Amino acid sequence: MPTKLQPHLTLLAYLYYMLQPILFALLLLAAFGLFAWQVRKIRANILVGRGRDMSGHAAVRFRKTLLVAFGQQKMFKRLTPAFLHLIVYVGFLVINIEVIEIVIDGLFGTHRFLGLLGPVYDGLVAVNETLGALVIIAVAAFWWRRNHQPPVRRFTGVELRAWPKLDANIILYVEVVLMAALFLMNSADLKLHRLEGRFLPGVYPVSHFLMSLLPTTNLGTLHLLERVGWWAHITGILLFLNYLPSSKHFHIILAFPNVWYSRLVPQGQFSNVESITHEVKAMMDPTYEVPTPPVGPDGSALAPTPFGAKDVEDLPWTALMNAYSCTECGRCTSVCPANLTGKLLSPRKIIMDTRDRVEEKYNSPLIFQPNIYGEEAKHEPVTDLMQATLLRGKVTPEELWACTTCNACVESCPVNINPLESIIEMRRFLVLEESAAPNSLNVMFSNIENNGAPWAFSPSDRFNWADELFVAEKVTA
Amino acid sequence: MTPTIPTPPAAAKRQMTVPTVADLAAQGKVPEILFWVGCAGAFDDRYKRVTRAFARILEHVGTDYAVLGLEESCTGDPAKRAGNEFLFQMQAMQNITVLNGYGIKKIVTACPHCFNTIKNEYPALGGEYEVIHHSQYLQQLINEGKVTVKGGESFQGRRITFHDSCYLGRANNIYEAPRDVLAALDADLVEMKRSRANGLCCGAGGAQMWKEPEPGKKDINIERTEEALATLSGQAAALDNLRGVETERTAPAAHSLQGSIIAVSCPFCMTMMSDGVKHQEQESTVQVFDLAELVASAEGINR
Repeated sequence: MPTKLQPHLTLLAYLYYMLQPILFALLLLAAFGLFAWQVRKIRANILVGRGRDMSGHAAVRFRKTLLVAFGQQKMFKRLTPAFLHLIVYVGFLVINIEVIEIVIDGLFGTHRFLGLLGPVYDGLVAVNETLGALVIIAVAAFWWRRNHQPPVRRFTGVELRAWPKLDANIILYVEVVLMAALFLMNSADLKLHRLEGRFLPGVYPVSHFLMSLLPTTNLGTLHLLERVGWWAHITGILLFLNYLPSSKHFHIILAFPNVWYSRLVPQGQFSNVESITHEVKAMMDPTYEVPTPPVGPDGSALAPTPFGAKDVEDLPWTALMNAYSCTECGRCTSVCPANLTGKLLSPRKIIMDTRDRVEEKYNSPLIFQPNIYGEEAKHEPVTDLMQATLLRGKVTPEELWACTTCNACVESCPVNINPLESIIEMRRFLVLEESAAPNSLNVMFSNIENNGAPWAFSPSDRFNWADELFVAEKVTA
Repeated sequence: MTPTIPTPPAAAKRQMTVPTVADLAAQGKVPEILFWVGCAGAFDDRYKRVTRAFARILEHVGTDYAVLGLEESCTGDPAKRAGNEFLFQMQAMQNITVLNGYGIKKIVTACPHCFNTIKNEYPALGGEYEVIHHSQYLQQLINEGKVTVKGGESFQGRRITFHDSCYLGRANNIYEAPRDVLAALDADLVEMKRSRANGLCCGAGGAQMWKEPEPGKKDINIERTEEALATLSGQAAALDNLRGVETERTAPAAHSLQGSIIAVSCPFCMTMMSDGVKHQEQESTVQVFDLAELVASAEGINR
């Protein structure tokens, strides 16, 4: 509450300042409560996946997170979008500092509380305003790239249907609105203080210019505009916060843990299925003792876990977190050799399918349920929803068999998502549970079994290459 | 045709006997290094020439090596990539039993798929070895001066582009060793636009080698070969389809391709790139060679 009643403050305004802390506290409570409720559901969705121990290696993980998530390292494979993204990203970080001020001001009726930082505040506001203007430019460029430029290949594709396309644009529009509200607040406030001859802490490179464009000199109107900007900015942020869980934009939160929990082994190393290891060891050595399988709480045997993945709960939890970290940028798909040559496989689609499926089957966490593009998608018709799974209902075997396991998608993902792992898990299910490999692969399997080679050659010819082998004596000059 | 390649004076050649681990074991010896030949290296007619070239290099520098011969079996890589984990582990454990039985500590192989599997996936199953790819081994021989890449076929002025194997590059971060080997050849090295971590797959990994590709616009090896040929003929600029804008691809001028080489370091890449070159009807101008063949030829021992 202002200590001294300004002359232009009407009784209504006075009432407003009495109520603002209460209104604001209620808004904060509602927004963060709703957000926490949504996040809990997403967390539950992620934990539907199989357990996987990702603990340890804190130093390596910290370094990776610093480089890849905070440092945007992998974005810089493509300079133009990397630069634009960097602006929006740094803007996001800096504006978060400003949100702290808004919260303090809102709750305690102070005005520009951080102004007590003096020159630091000047710098902060100046950086904030500059970034705000740059964000608007960057967002405009993003919008142009996405909607009007000759189509960027990764912005097309079967999986980018109505909702993903709209979602991408909504995010851009919201960012512009948030920045516009910020500038309305700053420029009205600045003009108000100038007209009253009072000092406003901060340096305002953009609003300094904008304030002359404000069509009024009425102090009350300016005050109102300032409040409108303030409320629009913070309410917008809080609404956006609650939009995130329904949107690909959730990556601004999950990118960090997702990179932290990156796989640290060489990309070529695929997991060994432990239950199979026991089985094979027991076959090769009759004295080998297979560890007793875990039992349920009542001591009864648990249903055996299937080999590979048929549905989301068969995937490791990291794969489900991957799905929630995906921002549908399509860098994976744009470098996928199968996709590049017109095959059905799109690594991005596998990831988006996973998120859609986990929400369809488990918690649909969200205030609304826009992620699901199921009814628009052309996939194998599944008449009985109860029998639908990730593998049968969304991802088709044709997609899975097109993968060359080349790791280009894994390499390209700016937040270290691994589509390849899910592809292999689903292949495992097809082969080990359904014996549904393409016939030519079954031939290859039996060649390995019978001849110790994937081709139908006689094992006794294996060493023929060494017959009649001559080496020339090197002539020394 | 590029300047005629000076024919080295007819040198004496001698027959070599490739030692097997079993033979050495009978004498109570364990080779310092096991040459893991791989199924392609043992059975594929084209890649057998690579196996023989690499064996010549091992013999030439006097490496204490041996092969498993008839005791070698598929590593299980294609089974694993295709999802047949059971078959993979059967193969892996049989191989590990053999390798551990002979006390093998160090393995060199010319196949990135064998390399990746033995190096990364065998340890969890009880097979821990120091595994090196032949490109790394060749790089080491060149660095140590044991191979000078001189005295044999000259590659001076010939254009070479290196096609990264996914299982060497992205899978295991080995990008420089093969390039260092090529750099020693004194050839004219050109780099494809999609190279190193951004390299494009030949199309055969992940068990694709044993099946028809899924329906699409074109086969992956054709795409990759087009890229290689455009790079070799200096027309790579026409190939920027990273953004999917289909550009008109003019057939590379035949004369400028004459004598140029696509270098590979993987049996699958060898097959796919050779097929791609044939598809483009350039097999009389462009050759696909493995690093081991290039080194053995340059050293003058590949006969």
